[in-house]
Amino acid sequence: MTAKITAFLKFWYDFIVGDDWRIAVAVIAALALTEVVSSTSLPAWWILPAAVALLLPLSLRRAHRRRRPSGLGGPGSR
Amino acid sequence: MSSGALFIAVFLACIVEAVEALTIVLAAGTGRDWRSALIGVVAGVGVLAVAVAALGPALTAVPLTGLRLVVGGLLLIFGLQWLRKAILRAGGLKALHDEAAIFQTALDDARATPSRGRGVVADWYSFTLSFKGVLLEGLEVAFIALTFGANQHDIPLAALAAGAAVLVVTVAGIAIRAPLARVPENSMKFVVGVMLTAFGMFWGAEGAGAQWPGADAALLVLIPSIALFALGLVAILRRAGRPPATAGSSITGEAHS
Repeated sequence: MTAKITAFLKFWYDFIVGDDWRIAVAVIAALALTEVVSSTSLPAWWILPAAVALLLPLSLRRAHRRRRPSGLGGPGSR
Repeated sequence: MSSGALFIAVFLACIVEAVEALTIVLAAGTGRDWRSALIGVVAGVGVLAVAVAALGPALTAVPLTGLRLVVGGLLLIFGLQWLRKAILRAGGLKALHDEAAIFQTALDDARATPSRGRGVVADWYSFTLSFKGVLLEGLEVAFIALTFGANQHDIPLAALAAGAAVLVVTVAGIAIRAPLARVPENSMKFVVGVMLTAFGMFWGAEGAGAQWPGADAALLVLIPSIALFALGLVAILRRAGRPPATAGSSITGEAHS
């Protein structure tokens, strides 16, 4: 029973969060910052684009460091 | 613009997932038992239909600001996942999606597993393989269709786009009776990743109270900007010393098999 619950939770974690949990955490933090800045007189629309512009290269750099060239055809090809 | 983008995003995402589901169903049917595989398809589609029918009206009842914050955030996380994988594939750091190879592996597995029936299902392996394939691939499409549809208050249009894509793939699959290896899946995933990221960003920021300069017209800047940024990242990854994933790859790393 515990194994089934674990598998269920793992499925939803993989489905929503995916390969890099830092992306999910950073998106939530950026949304929270947008909410806070929006309550002031300052513009807040730029926060998410800036977050994506930082997040994506950093996540790709981590993947680049982790994978060897022979990673082609390896697991997780979906 | 938004309705067109909604249709295109859901249609492309659904084509990609339907092609992947078709490969699994073909392997189950060809390698084992067609009747059991098709019962699995019907059961998978049935579960998806119930989930969409239950969640669709519930989502449209949520206040738009809260919906855009939560759904925009989820869509942005989801979109960045798609885009990240697409960039890694195009940059040669991840294997390109190859339906022919996936079909062969699934077919070999299907043929190697002993047969066993349960109830009206003559071959349980074919049934579960098809059922899981349709359900898991379909869940991503259902998520995209529901979130886009609910935000645009146009779930019927999202459902139409998804239905049209499934119909196109089903007809093509019946016609050629082989995995749709020539569908430019990797490029399509790239486009879907860009659109999910752009819409997730747009709705998420609006839900959090931000005002976009130019309101909806901001999407006309966001979508091409994200696409160019992602293509730039692909170029950097390729220049970083990775060999091209396959000979003759296009700019988005498409394998024209």
